[in-house]
Amino acid sequence: MWEYTDKVKDHFLNPRNVGEVDSPDGVAEVGSIACGDALKLTFKLDGEGKIKEAKFKTFGCASAIATASALTEMIKGMTVEEASRITNQDIAAFLGGLPQEKMHCSVMGREALEKAIAHYRGESEKAVEGHVVCECFGVTDIEIERAIRENNLASLEEVTNYTKAGGGCGNCHDSIREILDRVRGDMEKVPVARPKMSNLKKIRMIEETIEQEIRPSLKQDGGDIELVDVIGNRVLVATRGACASCQAANQTLKNFVEVKLRELVWPELVVEEVTQ
Amino acid sequence: MKTVYLDNNATTQVAPEVVEVMIPYFHDLYGNPSSMHSFGGQVGKKVRDAREKTAALIGALPEEIIFTSCGTESDNTAIRSALATNPDRRHIVTSRVEHPAVRALCAHLATRGYRVTEIAVDGEGRLDMDQYRKSLTPDTAVVSLMWANNETGVIFPVEEAAGLARERGILFHTDAVQAVGKISIDMSRSSINMLSISGHKLHAPKGIGVLFVRKGTKFSPFMIGGHQEKGRRGGTENTPSIIGMGKAAELALLRMEDENTRVKRLRDRLESEILKRVPGSRVNGDTVHRLPNTTNLSFEYVEGEGILLMMDEFGICASSGSACTSGSLQPSHVLRAMGVPFTMAHGSIRFSLSVYNTDEDVDHVIEKLPPIIETLRSMSPYWKSLGDEACARF
Repeated sequence: MWEYTDKVKDHFLNPRNVGEVDSPDGVAEVGSIACGDALKLTFKLDGEGKIKEAKFKTFGCASAIATASALTEMIKGMTVEEASRITNQDIAAFLGGLPQEKMHCSVMGREALEKAIAHYRGESEKAVEGHVVCECFGVTDIEIERAIRENNLASLEEVTNYTKAGGGCGNCHDSIREILDRVRGDMEKVPVARPKMSNLKKIRMIEETIEQEIRPSLKQDGGDIELVDVIGNRVLVATRGACASCQAANQTLKNFVEVKLRELVWPELVVEEVTQ
Repeated sequence: MKTVYLDNNATTQVAPEVVEVMIPYFHDLYGNPSSMHSFGGQVGKKVRDAREKTAALIGALPEEIIFTSCGTESDNTAIRSALATNPDRRHIVTSRVEHPAVRALCAHLATRGYRVTEIAVDGEGRLDMDQYRKSLTPDTAVVSLMWANNETGVIFPVEEAAGLARERGILFHTDAVQAVGKISIDMSRSSINMLSISGHKLHAPKGIGVLFVRKGTKFSPFMIGGHQEKGRRGGTENTPSIIGMGKAAELALLRMEDENTRVKRLRDRLESEILKRVPGSRVNGDTVHRLPNTTNLSFEYVEGEGILLMMDEFGICASSGSACTSGSLQPSHVLRAMGVPFTMAHGSIRFSLSVYNTDEDVDHVIEKLPPIIETLRSMSPYWKSLGDEACARF
């Protein structure tokens, strides 16, 4: 018998938000009946761009149902931007954890959310990236690599628990081990001491990060941002467009812009808004 | 909350009569049956009694009974013995639907230089006898086919298969763990060389198994040690459990008729009422050649684990062949071998009854299960699109 937390049991026995939202803004279907679980996620936004309503339909085990129920509860009230930052670990944590063998349910939840947001943003269905490694469950090398990085996976068994890859005939076990070796090798190289950056380099990297990682998301909500100056660890920015008049802009700066810049440029920086 | 236990192919309640006869052998009569003194010797007599009773259940001779620790040990002993006594033969014939005790062992042996043929089954779980006949070669050392399937209850024609093996001088083993005690078995008129029994499937405790080895069959022990079991299985006898096994065998003989009449009627009523009340449901496996206590039902577009956990809320215990409960991410190998479609395989539930079940137990399931399926279907993204059509059909 699986050891489910009380919260998993509660969300399974009393699922929240079952069904489909009428005329949804975002829709996604992931999984398949052959694979043993599938999830249809729909959401609708209110006038302020926040998720007003989210519903799910799940075919799958108790933890798949509980995960979908939890996900709909989590994203209600969030902006699309906020929702897009939810990871599979966040979903599992919301439920007080999932058995290792069931972590793939949380990954399926994250996939559905991502796909529904992409649908809302009008991003065309991405062509299948990478190539299928696990034929039984149709899992690609990209998906496996991502699960390894995001969840710090170290063994074949863990990869199977999180992605289902390798859980069928077993023919792909060697390929999964190769991906593991490669990605783990890369990951171990990362935490080398960062060389001290010149201000010019900092500015260039911040500009780049804003352009590639931050601006596209803000533009979805009609907003924009500009780098004004960098003084030591202080990154001074100005908001533009919808952000300039948005009550939640400060939160976006702290929870999204700052988080992204800390992750990709240097970890000690502080983002501050300046009015011009 | 009352427990309604319908998972007797997984394990059974130890019969109170069995517990009663076992108890003195823990604290009062704890002697070693091999001892010279009468304190131990009196236990030896009881072990002999138990051996006779166990033999009687399957129409065997007492000296053909070897006590082991479980069904898995019996299966391992039988197959390894057959290979050890036929060192020139490197081929094993088995089926695609065997219990892991046989299946995993054969897979292991396949990595040790043995060739393994797994005979297919049809959509009803029936053995492909043509393929079986063709698979027997002069290189075949042993055939191991289960008597009855643990998941579906489907009974294989093992006597016919054993006869074909004997004609060709091939040893025949059967895993009869699910069959013994439920259907009549007579080794006195049989071509079967070896047969495995598990105590806890017939109301004896866990930790006791039996291997029948026909007189005259060459044997090579698996557990090597003392002279116990005539040197065929070393290790001090598990006397309380052996004595319990004897009692359980005696009870099984007495209750065989009840099992095949009253219990069968309970199973049939459960099955037909559920099929009637739940659209998009079906029975997996041959319903003619089947154990009297087992039914394997599938419910379209729902997943078994959810059904089990919701039934658990009402005290109902059963099993599922779904991926989520198998721990392997794929539905059971038995249902896959039968070609049960995915829409059905993930939603399979096995109910297995015993003589301790009652009409009230069956009523409880008939009342609680249909709304559970309905609830889960209301959450399933597949049911809506197909629901109308499915409803129209029923």
